[in-house]
Amino acid sequence: MNMRERITQLIVKEFIQTLRDRRRWMLLFGAPIIQLFLFGYVVTTDVNNISTALYDLDRSQESRELARRLEASGYFNVRYTPQFPGEIRDLIDRGEVLCAIQINRNFAKDLKKRIPTEIQVIVDGTDSNTAMVALSHVTKIITKYAGEYAVNTVSTVFSPPDFRTRVWYNPDLKSRNFNVPGVIASIIMITCIMLTSMAIVREREVGTMEQLMVTPIRPVELMLGKTIPFAIIGLLDMFVVTLAGVLWFGITIKGSPLLLLMGTSVYLLSILGIGLFISTILKTQQQSLLATMFFNMPAMLLSGFMFPIENMPAIFQYITYLNPLRYFLVIIRGIFLKGNGFEILWPQMAALFILGTVIITISSFRFRKRLG
Amino acid sequence: MRFLRIKAIAKKELIQIWRDPLSLTIALLMPVIQLFIYGYAITFDVNNVTTIVYDQDRSSLSRELVAQFRESGYFTVVAQVDKYKDIDAYLDSNRARVAITIPYDFSKKVRTGSQAQVGVIIDGSDSNTATIAEGYIAAISLRYPQRITARTVLPVMDPRTRVWFNPELKSRNFIIPGLIAVIMSVVVALLTSLTVAREWERGSMEQLISTPVKASELIMGKLAPYFAIGFTDMVLAVLLGVTLFGVPLRGDIVLLVVLSSIFLFGTVSFGVLISIVAKGSQSVASQIAILSTMLPAFLLSGFLFAISNMPKPLQVITYIFPARYFVTILKGVFLKGSTLTLLWKEGVMLAMAGAIVFFLAIRKLHKRID
Repeated sequence: MNMRERITQLIVKEFIQTLRDRRRWMLLFGAPIIQLFLFGYVVTTDVNNISTALYDLDRSQESRELARRLEASGYFNVRYTPQFPGEIRDLIDRGEVLCAIQINRNFAKDLKKRIPTEIQVIVDGTDSNTAMVALSHVTKIITKYAGEYAVNTVSTVFSPPDFRTRVWYNPDLKSRNFNVPGVIASIIMITCIMLTSMAIVREREVGTMEQLMVTPIRPVELMLGKTIPFAIIGLLDMFVVTLAGVLWFGITIKGSPLLLLMGTSVYLLSILGIGLFISTILKTQQQSLLATMFFNMPAMLLSGFMFPIENMPAIFQYITYLNPLRYFLVIIRGIFLKGNGFEILWPQMAALFILGTVIITISSFRFRKRLG
Repeated sequence: MRFLRIKAIAKKELIQIWRDPLSLTIALLMPVIQLFIYGYAITFDVNNVTTIVYDQDRSSLSRELVAQFRESGYFTVVAQVDKYKDIDAYLDSNRARVAITIPYDFSKKVRTGSQAQVGVIIDGSDSNTATIAEGYIAAISLRYPQRITARTVLPVMDPRTRVWFNPELKSRNFIIPGLIAVIMSVVVALLTSLTVAREWERGSMEQLISTPVKASELIMGKLAPYFAIGFTDMVLAVLLGVTLFGVPLRGDIVLLVVLSSIFLFGTVSFGVLISIVAKGSQSVASQIAILSTMLPAFLLSGFLFAISNMPKPLQVITYIFPARYFVTILKGVFLKGSTLTLLWKEGVMLAMAGAIVFFLAIRKLHKRID
């Protein structure tokens, strides 16, 4: 038998072993799909229907107009109209409302006389992100109203400049368009690292690794035969999950699917390398599973998947350069949202290729040593 | 139930844990690393939004506007461009997220008192950052007149915002209390489910069953060491969170410990239940543990993502998972200083979930033995 035949044999064996168990099908394709749905629906930073209390002391046409604009925006849902100042405190304490807006007496009168008037906005800061988004929406709505009010009345002082904002790539600002590609990238990482590391470690734990070693298979062939099946499964998983994401969540791919395939291939190179590496240092499945979790958690957090990299302290920003997910996120989001081509994405592809080659080389050295 | 037998099983389990120092190290190191990452590295806060400016006006007034962006602390001006085409290039390649175009007639319009228009393009890919940036831009617009007139010209309508419970809007304060629930679910459920599954896989479970030990004693004995590990994880997380990261602990520590123990008991029992259901395959047990405890704790508990933002069916599903109640408890005790009068409902739910899972585990184990 020559090298190619031996590897093919091993690949066939690996496929039979992996697909024989019905429960494993669940692990290979069911779990990623469940994760896609869960993450796809839950990972949203869209903030709508903020439960709001409006304490209107003025009860004028102007104050009602402001209230109308708040509700019409779709972001605020005025559920309470307190009558006493103490009620606001109580509503926020009990978590009934997230936001309370107080319009002072003489709001309309002051506006007409062009005396600056204050609007009190209180936000429950427990969930810092929702609070920030709520504040952002309030400011925008009040600014817009103030701007239009100033234009409609005779202006004496400088009116604030009118910022005409346009949003590119994701005009409706739907977080799903941003998150679903990220979810796909993360799921592929989680599934593939776990599969590779556990498959090899199990062989060692059960004792069949020794049987493989007495066959004429060489270490390199053994390694290839063990990783190639998972590369194929990884690509298949990527295809299934992407298809589900596109069909179910209605995300469009603006760029080239071929480029996406190319990016996925270099991404899988480094992912499988990491799985292989984990398997070379560990003895039991329990250890390899814990180690996989131990790697995946920080890798997901320090990638730009949910938290922007540029907000991290410098040391952590440097760490992210070692994270394959970081590069693949740029690739997959660029292709999905912006329709980026190779001329923009080549640095990320090159980085993944280099990273993958280095990890695979290190792992194969360790792999051979452990066998010898 | 004999205490002696429980003790013997627990001791055996402890020795087994001790023999695998790597797993133990990971179990204890995981919370620390996660705390460090959540505490130091990541934040939902929006600062340093990369910005480019196309200033066609090139006047002192337009420069003031740019300076106001820069000094706000939220925007970092990375380049001045002089072609529309450059804006495309910068946004396409992620080198900038916001582009500001100040038109030729900007200063003229400002001086004559008519409303000047400024073009803003935002990269909406990251919708969250984009939304918050829009709010900052609106605030800058409101304050600009005051800046250029040197007089105190208050904006016509001045939104005075106050934030309660977490005035600096630190995402750290919001995340770390909930993180304790996630860490406990991940480490404890995973470890427990794997070790019992391993016992089946290696056949040593049958030896245990042939001894006079009863199902309830076996489970209690198995639970105890993992309960201890989970408890250590919690103490570690609370201590680090409060001392190192300055997360306020406004409520009662005793209440926190009692409710955490109830949650922990349920989680450990669930780990045992999984391992019995998985019929002794470690990879299946781990997969079930991840899907039924880790993902829900992370996604469906309100730890990072508000439950009220989820679709209705998912919101209903969250009631099944104990992590949901525990995250509410943790955030309440830490940030709001909530007492039992506000949290008793969540406590009862946790206790009920724990009891149900524990008895299910005993019943399933009985069935497997027969």
